[in-house]
Amino acid sequence: MKYVDEFRQHKLAKQLATAIRQEANPNRQYHLMEFCGGHTHAIFRYGVQDLMPDNVKFVHGPGCPVCVLPIGRIDEAIHLVEAHDVILCTYGDLLRVPASSRKSLIKVKAVGGDVRMVYSTQDALKIARENPDREVVFFAIGFETTTPPSAVALQQAKAEDLKNFSVFCNHVLTPAAIQNILESPEVRELGSVSIHGFFGPSHVSSIIGSRPYEFFAEEFQRPVVIAGFEPLDVMQSTLMLIRQLNEGRYEVENEYTRVVSRDGNRKAQQLVAEIFELRRSFEWRGLGLVPYSALKIKKAYEALDAEKRFTIPVSQAEDVKGCECPAILRGAKRPTDCKLFGTVCTPENPMGSCMVSSEGACAAYWSYGRFRQPVQQSA
Amino acid sequence: MSAVVKRFPLRLDTKGARVDMTHGSGGRAMAQLIEELFLKHFDNELLRQGNDQAAFDVSAGRMVMSVDGHVISPLFFPGGDIGSLAVHGTLNDVAMSGARPLYLSAGFILEEGFPLADLDRIVASMGRAASEAGVPVVTGDTKVVEKGKGDGVFITTTGIGVVPGGVNISGDRAKPGDKIIVSGSIGDHGVAIMSSRENLEFETTIESDSAALHKLVEKMVAAVPDIHCLRDPTRGGLATTLNELAMQSSVGMRLIESDIPVKAAVSSACELLGLDPLYVANEGKLICICSAQDAERLLPVMQADPFGAESKIIGEVVEDEHHFVQMETLFGGSRVVDWLSGEQLPRIC
Repeated sequence: MKYVDEFRQHKLAKQLATAIRQEANPNRQYHLMEFCGGHTHAIFRYGVQDLMPDNVKFVHGPGCPVCVLPIGRIDEAIHLVEAHDVILCTYGDLLRVPASSRKSLIKVKAVGGDVRMVYSTQDALKIARENPDREVVFFAIGFETTTPPSAVALQQAKAEDLKNFSVFCNHVLTPAAIQNILESPEVRELGSVSIHGFFGPSHVSSIIGSRPYEFFAEEFQRPVVIAGFEPLDVMQSTLMLIRQLNEGRYEVENEYTRVVSRDGNRKAQQLVAEIFELRRSFEWRGLGLVPYSALKIKKAYEALDAEKRFTIPVSQAEDVKGCECPAILRGAKRPTDCKLFGTVCTPENPMGSCMVSSEGACAAYWSYGRFRQPVQQSA
Repeated sequence: MSAVVKRFPLRLDTKGARVDMTHGSGGRAMAQLIEELFLKHFDNELLRQGNDQAAFDVSAGRMVMSVDGHVISPLFFPGGDIGSLAVHGTLNDVAMSGARPLYLSAGFILEEGFPLADLDRIVASMGRAASEAGVPVVTGDTKVVEKGKGDGVFITTTGIGVVPGGVNISGDRAKPGDKIIVSGSIGDHGVAIMSSRENLEFETTIESDSAALHKLVEKMVAAVPDIHCLRDPTRGGLATTLNELAMQSSVGMRLIESDIPVKAAVSSACELLGLDPLYVANEGKLICICSAQDAERLLPVMQADPFGAESKIIGEVVEDEHHFVQMETLFGGSRVVDWLSGEQLPRIC
C-alpha cells in the first residue's frame, strides 16, 4: 500500500534495531514514555518491544482520550439521554466505557436510549437536520486533533441556525498533561517512576506544532521527539531520543517532518481559538484535576453548549475498586500490575477505561502481548 | 410458503406496491405473493407441489443440517444482496463439513411498508444463486411484522446435505504440525458492506466475495478426504475463526502476516477506518487445516478452482496450552491475534 507499507518495512526495522543496539549504552536505562495511544498501539501491533535491547523500555502514557475521561463525564452524558431524551451522537470507542452503577452508553442504548455512533461531526449535524423536533447532542472528545472538526461543526450549526444541535465538550490539551506528569511527585521527588524522554504526539502536533513542547523539554530537562504513528517512526524516534540522552541534550526534535512543523496548522489554531477557551481546570482520570488542561465553548457560542442548555448534575463517580487505570495512565504501573487485569477485567467485560479503547495500554497488553506473561486462570 | 395454485384477477404489482399486513395473514394476498413472487423465482418441482413441507427421498450415510439468519444492512451492496448472501451463507455452512448440499429452505420476515420491487429483486437474486449452485429452495415461510418492528427484510435459510463416506471434518481435529490454508484474499465482504453503509459512504472498487463454495469443497475432499478442519471466516473474520478452531482443538496457531492475502484496496480502507483486515468478515472464503503432506497436494487443487485461485498456506498449528493464535508480523516482531471483542470500531485519533 502506497505511503503505508514504506513505514512498515522489515528490512529497515532490522537496520534501525541494530543502530539502536549500538547507540544504547548498556550501563544505563532508557525509559521512554509514549504519550499517545497511537504509539502504544503501534508498539504492540508490530511487536516493536521485541526488537529493543533490554534496557530500552516503553512507558505508556495517558494519551488515549477515552481512557483519561473521568467516569463522571460518561454519567453526565447518560443523564442527557435518560433525563433529557436527547439523541446523543458519539464516536464508537466511548460506547463501552463503564460508567457508574454498571451502566455504559451501549447498555443505555440497549434499553431504548437514543445513542448513535458517528464517524464525524458532520454525521451529527446531519442527524440534527433530519430530526428538527429532537435535541441532538454531539459528545465531543479528544485531544487537539479532534478539536478543529468540533469547531467547524459549531461554526456550521451557528451559521445554519440549527437550534436543536449542541456540543458536550470534553476536549483536552496535551502539553498540560505532559507537564502534569513531569510535576507529579512520583516522577519529580520520589523518583519511583523514571521517565527519561518523551515521544511527542504526532497528529496532535500537526495542529499545535512542536513549539509547545519546547518549554518543558527545557524546564524538566527531558528530550522530546515528535514521532509518527507508524512502527518505523517509533523506532527512528527511539534512536533519536537515545542519542539525545547519550549526548546530554534535551531538545524538541521532529521525526514526523512529513506532517508536523514547528508552528503547526495556524488556520486550525485560529478557528479553535475563536470558538473555544481554556477551562480553569478539568478532571483527568489518573491525573486528577489538571489546571488549564481542557477547553470549553466560548460565550459567543454558548447557545450551542450542551452544558449550558441542559441542567446536568455533576457526577463525582469513583473508579472501580482495585482498578489501576489511574496509575497506569501516569506510567506508574503496568497493566499486569493490576489485580483485575485478565481476571475480572477483559475487553469483553472492561472495568476500567484502559481496557476499552484499542489505544488503551491494558487492551493493547491483553490483545497483542499477553503471551509474554501467561494470565493466571481466575477461579 | 404453502403454495395454493390459483389464478388472481389482477397481477401482483411488483413495481409500486408495498408489503402490508395482509401479505402475512394467510389469505389470498399471501397466496398471490407466494405464487407470483416466490414461486416465480424459486420454481422447482418440490415447491410447486404446494405443501407445507417438502418430501424427498434420503440417501444412506451422514447428513448435515445448518441454519443461518440474515439481517444485513444495507440490503444491497457491491457484489451481492441479502438474497444471494442468504443462499451462499447456508450452502457454505453445510459445505464446511465436506458435505454436498441438497436442499434449502427459506423463511422471510418482512416489514410492513417494504417495497415489493425490492423484495422481487432480492428473491430473484436468491433464485439465481440457488440455481447456479444447483441447490433448490424446496420449502419456505413468510411473516409480516408491523412497520418499525423489522428492518425491511430478514431471511433465514436452512440447508441439508450429505457427507461423502470417509470424510470426517470437524473443528476439533487440528493437530500440531498441520498447515493452515486460506482460499483467497480476506476482508473483501466487510469492506464492501462498510463502503455502502449510509453514514460511511466511501468510494471503493471492492466487491463482496459472497459465493457458494461447495463445488470447491467437493474437489478438495475428492483430492484429500482426510481434511481435518474447514470453516468459512464470516463474522469476526479470519482471526476469530482461527481462535475458535484453536480452542475447539486445544492447540495454538502460528501465522505469517506476509503470507496472508489482503487486497490493497481492502488494506487501504481498513487503514482509513482504523480496522484490522484480520477481523473483517468474508462470505466467499474458507480456511482449511490438514497435514503438511496433504496441504501440498491440496493447494494446486484449490488454486485450479475459480473460488480458490489465490489459495495460500498462511501458517501452521502448534502446541500451546493457552490456545493462542500468534502471528509473526511484517515487522519481524510477534503478537497475539486475539478474538474480536465487541464490534470493530473506528478509532478517534
